[in-house]
Amino acid sequence: MTLLSVRNLSAFYGDFQALFGVSLDAAEGETVAVIGANGAGKTTFLRALAGALPAPRDAVEFAGQPVGGWPAHALVDLGIVLVPEGRKIFPSLSVRENLEIGAYRRRAGPWTLERVYGLFPVLSERREQPGTNLSGGEQQMLAIGRGLMANPRLLLVDEISLGLAPAVVKHLYEVLAGVHREGTTLLVVEQDISQVLSVAQRVYCFRKGSVALEGVPRHLTREQISAAYFGA
Amino acid sequence: MAWVDTVLQGVLLGGLYALFATGLSLIFGVMRLVNLAHGDFSILAAFLAVVAVQTLGLNPLIGLVLVVPIMAALGWWLQRLVLNRLLGRGILPAVLVTFGLSIVIQNGLLETFSADSRRLNPGGIETASLALGGGLAIGVFPLLTFAVAVLLLLGLHVVIGRSVIGRAFRAASDDGATAALMGIDRDRLYALAMALSLGIVAIAGIFLGIRTTFAFSSGPDRLLFAFEAVIIGGLGSLWGTLVGGVILGVAQTIGARLSPGWGVLTGHLVFLAILVVRPAGLFTKSRRVG
Repeated sequence: MTLLSVRNLSAFYGDFQALFGVSLDAAEGETVAVIGANGAGKTTFLRALAGALPAPRDAVEFAGQPVGGWPAHALVDLGIVLVPEGRKIFPSLSVRENLEIGAYRRRAGPWTLERVYGLFPVLSERREQPGTNLSGGEQQMLAIGRGLMANPRLLLVDEISLGLAPAVVKHLYEVLAGVHREGTTLLVVEQDISQVLSVAQRVYCFRKGSVALEGVPRHLTREQISAAYFGA
Repeated sequence: MAWVDTVLQGVLLGGLYALFATGLSLIFGVMRLVNLAHGDFSILAAFLAVVAVQTLGLNPLIGLVLVVPIMAALGWWLQRLVLNRLLGRGILPAVLVTFGLSIVIQNGLLETFSADSRRLNPGGIETASLALGGGLAIGVFPLLTFAVAVLLLLGLHVVIGRSVIGRAFRAASDDGATAALMGIDRDRLYALAMALSLGIVAIAGIFLGIRTTFAFSSGPDRLLFAFEAVIIGGLGSLWGTLVGGVILGVAQTIGARLSPGWGVLTGHLVFLAILVVRPAGLFTKSRRVG
């Protein structure tokens, strides 16, 4: 069943157009990767889906309902949750409070503080420290945990590998694979394609605000991806 | 002993200033909005208390029960209908609109209540005093004002530090856009903050009206003292607001004791001196509300 259906979505920052008619589908329970170079429009795309940017009502359909341009909090109620680029941990909040703010809408679901601590024990050890005292990798864990606390049906994940060591990135992708096994639909944006293509069932490559390539990762050759990524 | 008395009066006066400053500080902390009509809202509340006294025969302190919710509701709708539309466009639109509101409120009060000075009479408590021995005495009402300020700050401290809504205040203060992505409805949250702010400044306005006379044009002075208290204490620090109010109050009473005309001036000079030495204020916790 199609959970997310994006049709011909364009998005703007003021007068600057960042997306040009993007269409994308994600089935319930699927992991979809969006790859592309810096400035390809990946983050803009996620922000438009999460309600942080204006979008035409009919351009985004979620579980059969047109939701484009809804305010972010209404989308969180539906289960569309963004783990933002750059982690965006709240410095005035402790680790525990950062997680609890994820559950602000009190959406029902399997994720609780205890389960997130089980997933990332280091967060439990440092629960009373300010969130921004953590290392980069730990902050990314916190950002993912905060997203899970909202009990997402569709989790949008933006560049979790940014600035992190390969071993940490590998661990985070193992965690995302576990979240996927629980039935959560994932839409994962990455510049670094090595990890994300191993967990995604389908991939979209963005270039200059449009979809340059779409397919199943193991059916695509390196050359095809490279051509779509950098432009031929 | 006379100087001890002066300082003591100044400390208690600082409680009143803290009441004025708290709402201003809260609003700036949560949504980076500077409300230039803050002082005028306190005077509006004092006039509402005048109406409650005249029409219902209430003691002005009982009138708080009516006026505080009215002002809080006014704050809620003001934020929802007007001020929320100005956020995210820099500080200037909100400054201009609240400056305009200040003029509208003053002229509305002038039209409705004339230019006469008023005073609220709570029936004796304002002149009662407690003897502390050694010739020292403190007024019961200034003491009550100070106690209310401390209790309110304590309550706010607990709410901001422990409650779900306080957590949302702090998150929105850190990063409003990300807070919205977490599911926080900022329009409602900011309306709640403004309701709290005007509810608290209503208490300040009525206490002011019991302590001294006021007129339609008394608001801007109150705003100035509130700003000074907030900035001395450090923007966004609640307890700093109380300390800032106390420093300002003590400076004013000491100045007034040196020469009756020097009170307000001495307050301003101490404020400027602190601004030079510690531009960020005494207790600034960067980017924090609580």
